[in-house]
Amino acid sequence: MILTNTTNYFGDLVSFLAEKMGIGGQILAYVIVAAVYLGFFAIAGLLLVYIERRVAAFFQLRLGPNRVGPHGIFQTIADALKLLSKEIFGTNRKDNLLYTTAYYLVIIAALVSLSVIPFSIGVQAYDLNIGVFFISAVSSVGVLGILFGGWGSNNKYSLIGGMRSGLQMISYELSSGLAILTIILLAGTLQMSGIIEAQRDTWFILKGHIPAWIAFFIFVIAGTAESNRTPFDLPEGEAELGAGYHSEYSGMGFAYFFLAEFINMFIIAAVGVTLFFGGWLAPFGITDTLPWQPLWGAVWFFLKVAVFIFFMMWFRWTFPRLRIDQLLTLEWKYLLPIGLLNIVLMAVIVYYNVLISF
Amino acid sequence: MSYIGDVIGGIKTLLTGMKVTGGYFFPSIINKKYIITRQYPDEPAIVMDRFKGEVVMWHNENNEHRCTGCQACEIACPNGSIEIIWDRVLNEETGKKVKVIDQHIYHLGMCTMCNLCIQACPTNAIMWSTNFHNSTYDRSQLTKVLNKPGSKLMAGVEE
Repeated sequence: MILTNTTNYFGDLVSFLAEKMGIGGQILAYVIVAAVYLGFFAIAGLLLVYIERRVAAFFQLRLGPNRVGPHGIFQTIADALKLLSKEIFGTNRKDNLLYTTAYYLVIIAALVSLSVIPFSIGVQAYDLNIGVFFISAVSSVGVLGILFGGWGSNNKYSLIGGMRSGLQMISYELSSGLAILTIILLAGTLQMSGIIEAQRDTWFILKGHIPAWIAFFIFVIAGTAESNRTPFDLPEGEAELGAGYHSEYSGMGFAYFFLAEFINMFIIAAVGVTLFFGGWLAPFGITDTLPWQPLWGAVWFFLKVAVFIFFMMWFRWTFPRLRIDQLLTLEWKYLLPIGLLNIVLMAVIVYYNVLISF
Repeated sequence: MSYIGDVIGGIKTLLTGMKVTGGYFFPSIINKKYIITRQYPDEPAIVMDRFKGEVVMWHNENNEHRCTGCQACEIACPNGSIEIIWDRVLNEETGKKVKVIDQHIYHLGMCTMCNLCIQACPTNAIMWSTNFHNSTYDRSQLTKVLNKPGSKLMAGVEE
């Protein structure tokens, strides 16, 4: 089931400007869309850093940043300005090409993944018919950036951090892919808007009952590992490796890595919400009759993403960091076999139609 | 069989941990009284009674202190933070010459808050204050005279 002819405001903008001004208008429309996404990227990144710091503070009975602006919301902007004004300072005899392309790769992977995420009805830059597959493929490119950064820095700690990151992300990509596949068995499509449309009556987390919950847990664990967050932050491992793969980056190079980490967290949350919790759909359709549907869709989407992100932050401030062998044991001995069994279970359930739906 | 038990046990311990941290997060986000951070210049600081801020000399309401000028504190001080300027004054009643302090000088900038002078004092004349607003723009302001001007020895301390 591939949806066509659905509304897409970005697509409408492109065709409208192309009609009015020809090829120049088309390019202008692309530039506008890119600017919107870059602006969202920057704002979401800064906001997430601020929220992370505040949430961390409340977990530790502190207050967190509360001086710059009301409740400290401009703190991260001040931090970003500080990082902008800092000297770009690298190591001696670094591999210059890899060192400088590393953060661009990380940030491009994060940005490109954002483009297929449906924020609301028709608010999606590109509704690919292989949307979920595209996201999991592109987010693997981010690993390359981290590996480049670790190798190019000419620093053994960076190298160990980069290698650990590669190991970890490639391992956990498998489980998150299997969890996504389990849900695709239910949806019957890889298209993001199609997956959401298939959940209009019942969200997949309810519809697929037991296997969907198992897939959800696997997805959360693998997603946390893929975004390199505690308890899976071995690539950074400040106690062992300084700062891991980005220890030799300064100024905006470091800021790009940092922003990309938070945007990756947002992407994991957005994909999780789209797959399991109905994306921008309202629970039980309670706002379906109201005007301004795209706005309500965005409200529900960001609300669900916020809850998801809060849970990831909760994990971060609760669980201790895993050792590297524990990390691999968790992936290869537990998540992967359970994920494989879960796919079979889901296939059986879908085949015999033992699904819950309202 | 222990495989499934491991998974279930793992989830259980994770949930226990999340319960603990959630028990800190949710109360502290609702009510500010659980937050232990003090925003010091805006809110008054909580200072413990035993905090060693600076050495002060106790005076009663008649501007009398308990320092006999025995110099035990000066001798006990490991880095010479205390200097006592003293004199012998003839006591009218007994006809004896008695040691009387002129100035009990305390160099706060050199003091390491080691507590030896206060342990050495036989008459409990000096004690700790919890005042910690000690920073100044000029080092000379850290040299303090502990006995107040015009103060004299409290009666009955020397017996």
